[in-house]
Amino acid sequence: MFEHLSLLSFASGGWGSALLAGALVTIALALSCLPIGLPLGLGVALAARSRRRWPRAMSTVFSTVFRGLPELLTLLIIYYGCQIGAQKLLAAMGYETEVAINTFLAAMIAFSLVFAAFSSQIWLGAFKTVPKGQFEAAAALGLSRRTTFTKVVLPQLVRIALPGLSNNWLSLLKDTSLVSTISLVDLMRQTNLAVSVTKEPMLFYAVACFGYLFFSAISGRLFQFLEQYFSRHQRSARP
Amino acid sequence: MSFDELQNLFLSPDLLERYGPRFIDGLLVTAKLVAISFTLGALLGLLIALGRLSSNRFISRFTGVYVYFFRGSPLLAQLFMLYYGLGSFKGFWQDVGLWWFFRDAWFCTLLAFTLNTAAYQAEILRGSILAVAQGQREACKALSLSRWTTFGKIILPQSLLVAIGPLGNELILMIKASAIASLVTIYDLMGVTKLAFSRSFDFQIYLWAAVLYLLIVEVVRRSLKAIEGRLGRHLQ
Repeated sequence: MFEHLSLLSFASGGWGSALLAGALVTIALALSCLPIGLPLGLGVALAARSRRRWPRAMSTVFSTVFRGLPELLTLLIIYYGCQIGAQKLLAAMGYETEVAINTFLAAMIAFSLVFAAFSSQIWLGAFKTVPKGQFEAAAALGLSRRTTFTKVVLPQLVRIALPGLSNNWLSLLKDTSLVSTISLVDLMRQTNLAVSVTKEPMLFYAVACFGYLFFSAISGRLFQFLEQYFSRHQRSARP
Repeated sequence: MSFDELQNLFLSPDLLERYGPRFIDGLLVTAKLVAISFTLGALLGLLIALGRLSSNRFISRFTGVYVYFFRGSPLLAQLFMLYYGLGSFKGFWQDVGLWWFFRDAWFCTLLAFTLNTAAYQAEILRGSILAVAQGQREACKALSLSRWTTFGKIILPQSLLVAIGPLGNELILMIKASAIASLVTIYDLMGVTKLAFSRSFDFQIYLWAAVLYLLIVEVVRRSLKAIEGRLGRHLQ
């Protein structure tokens, strides 16, 4: 039992600090998908509601493709596709070199696209709950389209969309474990390394599972707090 | 650009001849994997859902922890834990005569997928069972139907109608997740794709795999929609 605990220690010979570093990469990767994925998802949802045909068709194709493909396949296509594309581009300009795309960047792009596709559906569902009267009232007050969207519609959307987005975030967090296959050293990859050295698969994979569980639990708390914050106007007054 | 060159760019006949049959095999493996684990997962998931609704504190707590664990951690980690982790107790499995099961990547993958989807399906079924109006249960009591008849003939059919949409989503998620099986030496569609790519370094293989996956998911999604419409036709 103590041998097992010493394997997880932060001292030399323990894998504690390595696992922690991997966990930080996992979190960093998942978080860095949000600044691209969230606005892109919202944009796709707006395109799906557009009156013109082209934006509608584009958004349908985008969300069908990235929701239908396995995440692993998306990741590999983006990773190898960027690599081969960059190589071809450089070859066309006269350079003959081996190009290695940063794995973190490739994973970030792939998961942002997947997250955007899934969250666009959440945004679309949320749009349906905003009554038409809100738009009409904003128009009657002479608010510009931009102000209508940012000050009237978006705050209501966020409240409705949060539970769905929280689900998407949790699956994003779990999907990031796939980057271990393109040898980005995240929590899963560190675990694989630890297993190959120590030959203790049960212990380390269980630790990895609990690591992900821990992150899920924390994000659950965080989203609970956010939901409360965004529906604070609906709380009844305390006596 | 001649027609041949154009064809080579999108689907070279050479590749099709060499890897076409393998792709069919991979497709069948994926289908088998998803079908078996989804069916077993549905049975296990129903038991777990009933366990979560049970008034026995111990059972409901235990099934709650099960669901929390399998929904909160990645399928990849669970698969590795079952395949490499349980596989490391070779002596023990040989003693109990189950070594043939845990030695085989195929069975381990089936087990991991079944346990994982059972947790998700349990939550879907639990929600749908709770969605059946309380009056239905009271009416059954008033008719003095047995508990078994109440559940089998009254509650379950109504809750399945609610559950079929989310269950269909779960089936699609399973089809997508089955690509993970390729990481433990299973030659499913993804495994075949990776093999073909590592031999030919032709990027179009990945794109063809993507087309196949999209096709499967779209066909499944449409047929589920049709089934849902048919089952709910008395509500329209």
